[in-house]
Amino acid sequence: MASAPSAPPATSLLERARARVAQIPDPEIPVVTLLDLGILRDVRMEGERLVVTLTPTYTGCPATQVIAQEVRDVLAADGLRDAEVRLTLSPPWTTDWITDEGRDKLRAYGIAPPARVDPTACPIGGARAGTSARATGAPHPPVEAVLRFVPQAIACPQCGSTSVERLSEYGSTPCKALYRCLDCREPFDYFKPY
Amino acid sequence: MPTIAPSAAAKRAPAAADSTAMTPVSGGPAAGAAGLPESAHIQYVLRLADNALVLGQRLSQWCGHGPLLEEDIALTNIALDQIGQARLLLSHAGQLEGRGRDEDTLAYLRDEPDFRNWTLLELPNGVGAHDDYAIVIARNLIFSALQVPLWDALTRSGDAGLAAIAAKSIKEARSHLRHAGDWLVRLGDGTDESHARAQAALERLWPYTNELWAVDPVEQAVAAAGIGPLTSDLRPAWNATVDAVLASATLKRPADGAFISSGKLGVHSEHMGFLLAEMQSLARAHPGAKW
Repeated sequence: MASAPSAPPATSLLERARARVAQIPDPEIPVVTLLDLGILRDVRMEGERLVVTLTPTYTGCPATQVIAQEVRDVLAADGLRDAEVRLTLSPPWTTDWITDEGRDKLRAYGIAPPARVDPTACPIGGARAGTSARATGAPHPPVEAVLRFVPQAIACPQCGSTSVERLSEYGSTPCKALYRCLDCREPFDYFKPY
Repeated sequence: MPTIAPSAAAKRAPAAADSTAMTPVSGGPAAGAAGLPESAHIQYVLRLADNALVLGQRLSQWCGHGPLLEEDIALTNIALDQIGQARLLLSHAGQLEGRGRDEDTLAYLRDEPDFRNWTLLELPNGVGAHDDYAIVIARNLIFSALQVPLWDALTRSGDAGLAAIAAKSIKEARSHLRHAGDWLVRLGDGTDESHARAQAALERLWPYTNELWAVDPVEQAVAAAGIGPLTSDLRPAWNATVDAVLASATLKRPADGAFISSGKLGVHSEHMGFLLAEMQSLARAHPGAKW
């Protein structure tokens, strides 16, 4: 079988596998795909073997294993029984990797997409810079900005109003918070920046 | 503390080829009773892992018992994060150890003296028979106010696997800190009753904070190797965070005492055995079970 004509099919096989995996829906939020969420990191051939690399969202997200199994199932249904699914932690997933298309789909589904993660939005008691953890002399940001909930400009996915209130920082899944719109009165999920 | 008779582990049949289902339940490979064969590096990762696992277990006990639905969900979500971190850390420790112990073996088949968590985290969720939300919130504040600078320092660890875990975990620790900060202020600056109970919770937990800063050979070795910081170096950052929240919560910082608990050395409080019994009973009753 290892004759010359096998090269072009291998490429198209990879392309096909990539397209299949990219379209797998997230088990918790099925309107977005693995590609939309930014958790599909790589699809490649290693020798004869197809290797799919995913990155978990939250460390304890129960969907991670379901997703890995889905990938194997989808590829197996396509005749790729030997595919390997790898999980990589680094670089860590961030909600900034959710694509613009993914954000639109979330909004249409009734979930407010996450604000961009601003690295300065969650400063730690002075221990951010440098290579040492010693933070004695560093200035500490005001308590309200670091240690307490600060309302953000979040738009209601139903009516677009930014007059909203938080009902609970933790919602139906680890990645979402529960909000309510004060104009249209609809409760909604907010995908938390991570 | 009772010593483990080495003969108990040694007599156990070495489980031939099938090593995963029947790995020895206690720490060392037939080492002497007082022997701690793990290197400082593995011990250090186990401390981080066990801290996350044991707090995750304590928080899980609130599932279905939260004071209100949103908090029930919050605590179980935070527990899920802790258990997720614990899984990564236990797997990492198992790989460093190289003896074929995976996350489940380490979580479910180690005995009490082999657990390395801070005693603070194994304490019950209340006093006596009564769970107390103030205890849970105060403990989460004490813990997450340290986890944030600790994970931050560990993102620069010489152990790349640990650094990767830290880079993920710090995101979660920040949200745990915000949750605990919000609630401690609400309790402390709330009614007379909630204030009194928040203050009592701090007084109860505070003596166990000395262990966090106690330097020992494991931490020294790890710090010298560039794998992790001395936790005592993080104390100023922790002080700043905790003091800021306490001030906002109108709570008084308890005085430091002389008592130093010893969970990270494997010598635990009387509560630890009960916690492990609940956590491990299923896995021990059905070794190797899959679902």
